[in-house]
Amino acid sequence: MRKNFLYLSIKDSLFTGLIALALFGPIVGLRTVAKNEVLVVSPKWFIVLVIVIVCALGRFLTNLYIYNRDQKFGIQSTIGKSITNFLDTKGTQIALSAIIFSVIFPFLPFTDRYLMDIAIMMLTYIMLGWGLNIVIGLAGLLDLGYVAFYAVGAYSYALFAIHFGWSFWICLPIAGIFAAMFGVLLGFPVLRLRGDYLAIVTLAFGEMIRILLLNWYQLTKGPDGLTGIPRPSFFGLPFKSFPDEGEQTFHTFFGLEYSPMQRIIFLYYLILVLALITNLFTIKIRRLPIGRAWEALREDEIACKSLGVNPRNTKLTAFAIGAMFGGFAGSFFATRQAFISPESFTFIESAIIVAIVVLGGMGSQTGVVLATVFLIGLIEVFRDFESYRMIAFGGAMVLIMIFRPRGILATRKPTITLQKKEATK
Amino acid sequence: MLLISKVETFYGNIQALRGVDVKVNSGEIVTLIGSNGAGKSTLLMTISGVNKASTGEILFDDQHIENLPPHEIVNLGISQVPEGRRIFSRLSVEDNLRLGASAYEKGKNFDTDAKDVYDLFPVLKDRLNQRGGTLSGGEQQMLAIGRAMMARPKMLLLDEPSLGIAPKLVNQIFVAIKNINKEKKVTIFLVEQNAKKALELADRGYVLVNGNVTLEGTGQDLLKNKDIQAAYLEGGGKK
Ligand SMILES: Nc1ncnc2c1ncn2[C@@H]1O[C@H](COP(=O)(O)OP(=O)(O)O)[C@@H](O)[C@H]1O
Ligand SMILES: [Mg+2]
Repeated sequence: MRKNFLYLSIKDSLFTGLIALALFGPIVGLRTVAKNEVLVVSPKWFIVLVIVIVCALGRFLTNLYIYNRDQKFGIQSTIGKSITNFLDTKGTQIALSAIIFSVIFPFLPFTDRYLMDIAIMMLTYIMLGWGLNIVIGLAGLLDLGYVAFYAVGAYSYALFAIHFGWSFWICLPIAGIFAAMFGVLLGFPVLRLRGDYLAIVTLAFGEMIRILLLNWYQLTKGPDGLTGIPRPSFFGLPFKSFPDEGEQTFHTFFGLEYSPMQRIIFLYYLILVLALITNLFTIKIRRLPIGRAWEALREDEIACKSLGVNPRNTKLTAFAIGAMFGGFAGSFFATRQAFISPESFTFIESAIIVAIVVLGGMGSQTGVVLATVFLIGLIEVFRDFESYRMIAFGGAMVLIMIFRPRGILATRKPTITLQKKEATK
Repeated sequence: MLLISKVETFYGNIQALRGVDVKVNSGEIVTLIGSNGAGKSTLLMTISGVNKASTGEILFDDQHIENLPPHEIVNLGISQVPEGRRIFSRLSVEDNLRLGASAYEKGKNFDTDAKDVYDLFPVLKDRLNQRGGTLSGGEQQMLAIGRAMMARPKMLLLDEPSLGIAPKLVNQIFVAIKNINKEKKVTIFLVEQNAKKALELADRGYVLVNGNVTLEGTGQDLLKNKDIQAAYLEGGGKK
């Protein structure tokens, strides 16, 4: 039995090495370089060899220590289960502490401009993750084009704010409505699609929106992007160092010294509130008929039909509401950056948001936070090693998938918690 | 109450129903028996609108329903308990019931209707907060029936409620079906492979073979019928 297992693991690892060779041989091994204006192939077989050995060895070790049921290592279950248990039993306290921490974060002694920027970015991704979680986690619709709604929100916000001069609080709902309309627009043609087919079409949709933004020059200024998007003001009080004659600004009104951090802190609280609203909305709607219908649809579409749940409306509302929150996040992005261009809305953004939702354990709100902190934090740590960022990102995903194949918080927290189970029958 | 005439249903090129005629009167228990693949589930799915008939008519209370979408058919008063129960396994028992209730006036009468379901299946009341998937097979079947009853149907379509369930629980479920019919005045259309039990319970029965109705009669007559005894009662379709 044991011998047989060892033999199978070795065989499997060699096979993995072979696949790695087939993949990395041409991609990494046959590097073309320009020499005297001619392209020549400069083979890099040593690197390929290293990669192949790493893959084979890694596979062998995972076979031996992680997928091996004989051994009681069970890293997968022990660490993961204790995390899940911890969050389940102490869920409310942890959530509260996290919120309190977020609220006081800008005033902690070590918090500087750099950390604030990262925190704002993380909160934006958390909000996007929570928004997409409605579509993927609750309604079970794999949407790979979520960045489209982020883009629609950002552009509608920017266009209304620039051309009509409307304030943030007016443009925000408008951007949300526009994004929701695009959600319905995407929803209609994909009503009958499931799983991978749905994923492909939504992916294409995301690209279509980006290409549209790139080419509709009159409206979007194409690749040049939109500049001069108005900054948000504190309920009418702008953040400005030199106010115009007779103008009240944030710092003059409150009798403070002007500091650029004031605006950053305001933006931070703005996205914190927006994200928390998204979360609160999701928690509430799961207990309402529409939220229940989403989850039911994820579980079993035929059962839904036979119970009189209208799958069309259910899916469309999921797309629309998920898109709306994406649009809100987009508005925030636009007002924070003051400049947007199609480059900010590429497929990799969708991929990161989907990764956050999936790695978090689809449907888990806390999982989204953990996955965001982990992934965005990782990307940030590797900022100085630009070329290794994606390797680290990919490696992290592989590791999570090995140790927590169903996401960091694998078991979705039930809407209502389990009672102690007695023996039945 | 329900009049099905010359209904044909296809899956792509495969014809599952070849001109089925079935009639169910108000207040009756009517059963449809037939072996695996005869087209029983297809017929129920066609009535409830999940599958569409390519030709033929289905009248419910003198109204054409063959072209209506499923949720409108549920609203007219036909609820289906699909084959294999199809419980929402990651949702709680209560949420399962609430989903069934959403078809009738948006679940406003949840509490009173749920009480009726608990009277029918007391075990569900103790399991309200448990996930559907953690129930035993028999309990899941009870939940599926209860869930369908939450829509206050005039007619209940049941697809093999005894499938894969311990005999003791099967008895309990059949008693409940009888109760639903007698006390709640719900008309029952019951599909079964467990032909003996179904025919004993039913007022009338139909036999479906390869998408055609080959026999019909009262439950008692069909029980005595030699062909049925040979094909469905002695060994054959008992499962
Ligand atoms: N989704 C489907 N796609 C293609 N063929 C199907 C499908 N469902 C059922 N069938 C075919 O239709 C026929 C009737 O099936 P069904 O109604 O499930 O029979 P029963 O419920 O009596 O066992 C069978 O030949 C089956 O193979
Ligand atoms: Mg069947």
